[in-house]
Amino acid sequence: MSLLQDQHPAPPPYPEQPLVHLDVLWIQVAGTLCNLRCTHCFVSCGPGEDRHALMSRDEVRARVAEALPLGVKEFYFTGGEPFVHPQMLGIIADTLQHGPCTVLTNGTLFADRLVVSLRELSHLSRYSLEIRVSLDGYRAEEHDAFRGAGSFERALAGVVALSGHGLLPIVTVTQNTDEDARRFRERYLDMLRVAGVSRPRLKVLPMFQLGREVARTRGYRAPETLADLPAQAFDPHRLQCGSCRAVTSQGVFVCPLLVDEPGGRMGARLGEALGPFSLSHGACYTCYVTGMTCANG
Amino acid sequence: MSARLAVLGGVYSNHLALREVIAGIARRGVDQAWCLGDLGGFGPHPDRSVALLRESGMPMLRGNYDDSIGHDRADCACGYTDPRDNAFAQRSYDYTVARTAAEHKTWMRDLPEQQRLTLAGRRVLLCHGSPRRVNEFLWESACSDAFLESLCDTAEADLMVCGHTGLHWHRPLPSGRHVVNVGAIGRPANDGRTEVWYAGLELDGAVRVEFHPVAYNYEALAREMEAERLPAEFVTTIRTGWWTTCLENLPAKERMRGRY
Repeated sequence: MSLLQDQHPAPPPYPEQPLVHLDVLWIQVAGTLCNLRCTHCFVSCGPGEDRHALMSRDEVRARVAEALPLGVKEFYFTGGEPFVHPQMLGIIADTLQHGPCTVLTNGTLFADRLVVSLRELSHLSRYSLEIRVSLDGYRAEEHDAFRGAGSFERALAGVVALSGHGLLPIVTVTQNTDEDARRFRERYLDMLRVAGVSRPRLKVLPMFQLGREVARTRGYRAPETLADLPAQAFDPHRLQCGSCRAVTSQGVFVCPLLVDEPGGRMGARLGEALGPFSLSHGACYTCYVTGMTCANG
Repeated sequence: MSARLAVLGGVYSNHLALREVIAGIARRGVDQAWCLGDLGGFGPHPDRSVALLRESGMPMLRGNYDDSIGHDRADCACGYTDPRDNAFAQRSYDYTVARTAAEHKTWMRDLPEQQRLTLAGRRVLLCHGSPRRVNEFLWESACSDAFLESLCDTAEADLMVCGHTGLHWHRPLPSGRHVVNVGAIGRPANDGRTEVWYAGLELDGAVRVEFHPVAYNYEALAREMEAERLPAEFVTTIRTGWWTTCLENLPAKERMRGRY
């Protein structure tokens, strides 16, 4: 017995996060396919990236149907870029019949017709349809350094078009500078108002040392871990993985951040992925320390 | 066997509206009236509302605001992330905690967080935010039927009555159960009207829910708030019926209905 223990040392004592309740189902509907190739993308998405394929409309319907008996509260669509999916409007329409939906987008593909269709979907449903557009700078030079030349102008035009149609998009920004949090928010809000967004909504996310960000800056370092966090200090309601799961064409994952990370996959079906998750990843440390959630609230 | 119930919440120190609501409930005649908590915040002279409610004998739950005030905590535990919202919330909280009598705080601490009733053969759960968290926001457009059914399952309730958001709504669920958010009587419902709202529930073979608008002397309240140097943005809400602050938690649909 002691020999066996020597050969297989006990893993570090990471906290175990139970799934308290499935409030949020993340649906990586576009897989890793995106029209942009951002230098900090935490799932390394881009044109031709097909590690996670597009999910079909039927596949999304099936995942939603699996989540409903578990009491799911709301649905989030992500990718990649959801609006590269040719059936995205139909998928949103299907899902809005069952609950509130949020779509995370880079905002660069908003032709007028698409915005009008989104407004119709929003008005037809009793549930909220939230459109979240990502920005990584309040000026083109910062944003485009992450997302490619011209992407700021297109994304901002997308935000303005959504706003002009009354959809009240949420602009999601990464805290990628050391600027004071209040000043940081004010800069974005001022920029959006000047651009013509009369009622700007803002969500700030921390940076994650995942995906392409590892090459751009660095990966997680040894001290950035929840190992040895005292059990009495661990709050099981602080982390989003206590209330969410993420589905892709490749199965069910603990959260939308770890769909490309070792250990992130929890099963083929939601029913197999309801157990506790060992918080062994550096990203778990970021979530715990910042108290962040990928969800809107 | 039938039962008539009046349920209000979110008084937010609006003692003038509270007086009208109590009088209105008395005129209607109900079997029971309940307050789901959050007596303080936003409005002026918090002790006036506490005294009115206690004198009325209406039972009350402990909302997150009452819990914070009762325990002299650092903030209201509303959970905002926008620094502007937090600054307004803190100003209002500091004003309220400094002007609530110690004896009222003791009373708040001992209030129950939830109440179960059996009315007309139905299991009723009264709570402040949600059955699982006192400060959870249950917005109408942000809760799937599946989620509300799951809350009713866990809470073993046929009728769940909550508040906390300040916006009233009623959802009959596919299972035949009901969820009611009673809204708030402390500030208008972000609808451009100056009235405030509470819920009347009638239970027999069916569940009927009616929301009652209550007119009160909002101009007198606005002047009291100005005299107490409470934020001008709050006073605007009282005078116009549109929310001006703490909008960050509103889902798109509820936000679209407002002006700001």
